[in-house]
Amino acid sequence: MLHIKFSKQNKSVCEERGNHLSMDSMERIEPSIDPNTWIPLDEDTISKDVLSFCDEESYENRLIRSQEKTGLPEAVQTGIGYSNGTLIAPGVMDFQFMGGSMGSAVGEKITRLIEYATQKLLPLVLVCASGGARMQEGTVSLMQMAKISSALHYYQVQKKLLYISILTYPTTGGVTASFGMLGDIIIAESKAYIAFAGKRVIEETLGQKVPDGFQLAEALFENGLLDLIVPRILIKGVLSEISDLYSSVPYKKN
Amino acid sequence: MDFSEQVNELQRKYDEMRKELYGQLSPVQRLSVARHPHRPTFLEHILNITDKWLELHGDRAGCDDPAIVTGIGTIDGMSFMFIGHQKGRNTKENIYRNFAMPGPEGYRKALRMMRHAEHHGFPILTFVDTPGAYAGLHAEEHGQGEAIAKNLREMFGLRVPIITTVIGEGGSGGALGIGCCDKMLMLENSVYFVASPEACAAILWRTADAAPKATEAMKITAHELVELDVVDEVVKEPLGGAHGDPYSASQNLKEAIMRHMKDLLKLDPDSLLKHRKAKFRKIGAVQEGVKLDPRFKRKMKPRDAHLDGEQPPQMT
Repeated sequence: MLHIKFSKQNKSVCEERGNHLSMDSMERIEPSIDPNTWIPLDEDTISKDVLSFCDEESYENRLIRSQEKTGLPEAVQTGIGYSNGTLIAPGVMDFQFMGGSMGSAVGEKITRLIEYATQKLLPLVLVCASGGARMQEGTVSLMQMAKISSALHYYQVQKKLLYISILTYPTTGGVTASFGMLGDIIIAESKAYIAFAGKRVIEETLGQKVPDGFQLAEALFENGLLDLIVPRILIKGVLSEISDLYSSVPYKKN
Repeated sequence: MDFSEQVNELQRKYDEMRKELYGQLSPVQRLSVARHPHRPTFLEHILNITDKWLELHGDRAGCDDPAIVTGIGTIDGMSFMFIGHQKGRNTKENIYRNFAMPGPEGYRKALRMMRHAEHHGFPILTFVDTPGAYAGLHAEEHGQGEAIAKNLREMFGLRVPIITTVIGEGGSGGALGIGCCDKMLMLENSVYFVASPEACAAILWRTADAAPKATEAMKITAHELVELDVVDEVVKEPLGGAHGDPYSASQNLKEAIMRHMKDLLKLDPDSLLKHRKAKFRKIGAVQEGVKLDPRFKRKMKPRDAHLDGEQPPQMT
């Protein structure tokens, strides 16, 4: 039994098993950003129904319902702010909004954040939480993976700036196969479910059950896919330390 | 007795009906052509369009993924790096090729070849024909997501022209992993999707029976993707599909590729990279400039900055 208030005080971490339950974007941003330093970006940017898509409900209606229900216009918040005195460019995805799915708006907001961080030479932090690409936008959603990766090429490879990705519960599909796994440093939360193909798809492909704990952060760590597993409560501090380490390099002759 | 007139008339009627039947295929019909067991595969096109061909192998790290074939060859005397998903031409071959579903090793092999191509000055031609990246335990453990992500980013830095042609199925990230390009072509009956119609149907309609509806809704065909500004050109197939006349299909492919390549070869590397970036930068449909209902933003952290000199962000 979880007592919600206690759980939230404890940053939604189950004390007993250390499981980091999913957390909404506002709850993540609040404690991470120094007071009176937050400037949100692209607050009014939302996806259009580019395919005029309708399954059991029109995409347009689904968007509005999600916006009403979650109090978010889309599945990611981006902005700039100080964290322990360093100006950073964070983007925080929110699984509550249509399962954190990535469509045009998420793709555009993250791309712009990266472009802004490139221009202002800011460290980039992307907190990932996603069920994958947004099917209602079809192949346009898929291309957001390429669009963001293209911006990251300029930011990371050409400008040699620092990008830290934080993988949370759950990070799957097109987010894993694009910016999720491109961090210069990849941090995961304890027991986060991180996958390219989902458990059910794998079981269908192989005709057998997947072993317990298979796609959790700890397993990925054992397989050399992550740099760090950091408890939620320590993330802000760890990011500061990393930022310090990278800014104290004595041989940046670029 | 001379029946040649009647025969000719019947032939004419037959040709007309065939044109009518195959002239306007629906998305569902095109999907089945894209997945046709006799649809020409990557290697079949290669052997039809190259003068010389040399397959190169391996990721130099313990694996040679049979789902992706790589090599160098010439078209009209000009050398290119060729990379493509390879489906089998029969069941036995399909099992060997893992049905053109690559593991991370396949994407890493592709990246090695692409870097090799850049190093030596080979423009890169990629050919997409995959149901998707392989969804297996080994693939996940070895970083399937990371391998695709790496390719997506690195392709935007390769200083040689890249043309991608979807020749069959464009299965989501598994396709895009070799598909970040200067020009994207699609054979007219091929498809490119973010999720297979079957998967989409199961998730959004909650029944695999809705696959035809999903096929229509997702707009996965070549012509639809040109409208959506994702694809640059539709390459015509012989009437009824490439499997009816593979050689002609390959020649159409060759002509389109060489025509686009001629333009790309004129560009210097920096311009090439700029155009490639711009091609993908413009994909996406968002609404802005309209202030949203505050109810839809109540869980967003509002601005509270008093930063000196930090104005609302402007992009130059």
